[in-house]
Amino acid sequence: MSVTFKVNGVSHTLDVELEMPLLWVLRNELGLTGTKFGCGVAACGACTVHLNGEPVRSCSLPVVAAENGEIITIEGLAVASGAAEKLAPIQAAWIEHQVPQCGYCQSGMLMAVSALLKENPNPSDAEIDDSITNVCRCGTYPRIRAAIHSLSNA
Amino acid sequence: MTIKDKLMNPSRRQLIVAGGLAGGGLLLGYTFSGPSRNEMAQADVSGKGEQVLATWIKISPDNTTTIYVPHSEMGQGAITALAMMAAEEMEADWTLVHPEQAPAEQAFANESLALNFTDGVVIPRMLEGVTDAVFLKAMQFMHAQITGGSSSVRMTGEHGMRPAGAAAKDMLIRAAAKRWNVPASECVAKLSKVSHPSGKSATYAELASTAAELSPPSHPVLKAKADYTIVGQPTQRFDIPGKVDGSTLYGIDVRRPGQLYAAIKFAPTFGSEVVSYDEAPILKRRGVKQLVKLPGGVAVIADNFWRAKQAAAALEVKFDTKGHEKLSMATLYAAQDAALADEGKSKKDVERGDIDAGLAKAAKIMQATYRVPFLAHACMEPMNCTAYVQGDKAEVWTGTQDALGTRARFAKIAGLDFENVTLHPLMLGGGFGRRIPVRPGFFDFPSEIDFAALIAKEVDAPVQLLYTREDDIQHDTYRIAVTSNFKVGLDDKGQPIAWHNRYMLKDDPAGAAHIPYGVPDQSIRYLEGQTIVPRGPWRSVAHSQHTFFTESFMDELAHNAGTDPYEFRHALLKDQPRHLAVLEMVAEKSGWGKPLPKGRARGIAIQEAFKTIVAEVAEVSVSDSGEVKVHHVTAVVDCGNVINPDTATRQVESGIIFGLTAAMYGEISIADGAVEQSNFPDYAMIKLADAPSIDVHFIESGAPLGGMGEPGTPPIAAAVSNAVFTITGKRVRELPLKNHDLTPLAHKMAQAAE
Repeated sequence: MSVTFKVNGVSHTLDVELEMPLLWVLRNELGLTGTKFGCGVAACGACTVHLNGEPVRSCSLPVVAAENGEIITIEGLAVASGAAEKLAPIQAAWIEHQVPQCGYCQSGMLMAVSALLKENPNPSDAEIDDSITNVCRCGTYPRIRAAIHSLSNA
Repeated sequence: MTIKDKLMNPSRRQLIVAGGLAGGGLLLGYTFSGPSRNEMAQADVSGKGEQVLATWIKISPDNTTTIYVPHSEMGQGAITALAMMAAEEMEADWTLVHPEQAPAEQAFANESLALNFTDGVVIPRMLEGVTDAVFLKAMQFMHAQITGGSSSVRMTGEHGMRPAGAAAKDMLIRAAAKRWNVPASECVAKLSKVSHPSGKSATYAELASTAAELSPPSHPVLKAKADYTIVGQPTQRFDIPGKVDGSTLYGIDVRRPGQLYAAIKFAPTFGSEVVSYDEAPILKRRGVKQLVKLPGGVAVIADNFWRAKQAAAALEVKFDTKGHEKLSMATLYAAQDAALADEGKSKKDVERGDIDAGLAKAAKIMQATYRVPFLAHACMEPMNCTAYVQGDKAEVWTGTQDALGTRARFAKIAGLDFENVTLHPLMLGGGFGRRIPVRPGFFDFPSEIDFAALIAKEVDAPVQLLYTREDDIQHDTYRIAVTSNFKVGLDDKGQPIAWHNRYMLKDDPAGAAHIPYGVPDQSIRYLEGQTIVPRGPWRSVAHSQHTFFTESFMDELAHNAGTDPYEFRHALLKDQPRHLAVLEMVAEKSGWGKPLPKGRARGIAIQEAFKTIVAEVAEVSVSDSGEVKVHHVTAVVDCGNVINPDTATRQVESGIIFGLTAAMYGEISIADGAVEQSNFPDYAMIKLADAPSIDVHFIESGAPLGGMGEPGTPPIAAAVSNAVFTITGKRVRELPLKNHDLTPLAHKMAQAAE
């Protein structure tokens, strides 16, 4: 069976099992390793990508659910955001606030937060708490919150 | 004295070598064979043999300086901080500095260390052999390049980076003086240039070839703190840009031509072995290439990890039983309680004064038993190791806290010569002690490194072994479960005069169970024991246990005495000026004693860990349904001096949130010989909504540098539990907090029962 979808603007038609999670299609079949495997059960958000503009946890999304869809991964975030620079504003804010420590969760974190800010450019702390449920084991949460606020105040 | 003589002389503990590079650069190396075995054992996680630190600085013809750091970057900022220390001493222009993680292990393999270090430039003759000899010596001592024990800055930085930088500066100044025929004392080094009052000036690159002909100083002079321009400034980390665009490669991201993936079907209980399995149906599955029998499991190799994982789940394996299937927390704790009842086998930790006399004259004895459970590390990057064995050679790619130790372990398990194994260290998606490889005699349990070696030997392609999160949670090297019994004698004012403490088991570092308080008679002893549950270091190691025990029990003593917990500690720390300063500042910064919103309380705790003293005050509330919420944490830290205030602050924040996850939710429990938890839904983590705001303050006491990666973690559990007591009247003596009914009703019923 084959599945067709776009990743970061590039169209792919792949012969894979329809139930294979999108994460493993991205990482193993397409070699896009910026999207991370964290838990496999949609509990940590490390695998978050955008599917048709919505944040999804790709470790638990069968690839067939992306049929004819437009997927944006961390590698395509800057271009998708229309940034003139190499980095999307959210990525620049992450550097400015020196957010990442080990950095492993941050691809998913950036994808989740960028989706939130698109929907709600000025989220309150409570709104941030409700929508950003990704796990960061290094505890970068205070910096993530500060970086989000710096973007919403801009 | 020849270099060979220096190496052969065991009292010689440091060595500087330098030479020119083709094209006119300078390469300077500094090795330091670190503290003695005993000192290391006391201060560190490692504890075996001497650790040789090697620092290399390269000045290139374009006047850039490359600083090679022999430690792993896990986001703690070690590579940036260590480069800052070297750059400070050598007066380098920070904008021209590029730190890199030293791939020292490659050098061992092909006996051309510096060749690998310097991207293939020609090695000056004076360096030939020397570099190999230096590193071979390291190899003899210990196949280790550990990043653990919060040691990078305080050991490698202090004893490696600073002298190396100072030596480079000394040689560059002498080179300028020689060229200009002026006294060296008149030359000034600044911003990667040397200048002379006459107006002469030369870049480091222009002086490098002359400097390379000079002999290195035996005792380089270090800068005074007042003259620092780089150290002490908030400095951006070098590893961050690649972590925001997905380009940083972690071990899990390695992709080699023809690469396959391995998933393991593990035995359902610790200690069980494979009896038989039916591979025929599995081999028919799409993408599956072969199966490999392992100790305690079977690996399935496929062309895609998901296919390997699905096939491993479908594989039917018959495992034997060895009796470990009866193991549970009840049997484990019963064994600890029984062992603790037997004073005869206890080993000395602290014996001071006369404990029997102290207890005999006490007006009151207070006793309590505290416990902490097993904990998993749950690094965000599930464990993985990629390897390709071809004949008698192997290449290995992984994230590790000890590149040389990992390489040595891989070589041993694969049955290959150490020299024939090349290890490519990659970024770690979290470490926290999990990625220090198994080492015989300390915690010798099969790990993903062993499995990767065994698999790679059987497979004719590069193979990436990857754990699922369930594998990661259920096959960790766990922070041990520990029981601690206190029996403390008090005088008629409730002040402790005799401190009797027995605990089991014991982790590193020594001293974690010691108290800074002025208690004249002390007897602290421990029991050892074996368990089939794999154990290993976990961020702050023994401090993660004993700070909860001692600082919670101190709080009990304070409440018993009717004294404010801060004042109670203050009175007992009068002979500990650094502790007192930290304690006083945390009280001031947290507003200790000032009114709080209704339903909130503060809790306090203090501990010295890895030579750094940290006090934390947690501001906490408990909901009517018994849910604990930590609103704010104030931390005060005396680590001697601060190298990079930005990363130091973040390490304390990180340590607090790591410790808070353990305090609130952290529990790995054993039932029927296996770990009961399996993934984040039942091994929960603090998330953004639960994370308190944190303010961190530093005291620069000028004391010898303390560690930064771990000391933030220990005090938080006691600080939060102590606040919970103030609010609910419930004394939490066993973590995690989630296991306790903290509702007002439970409190009332407990009071009624008393």
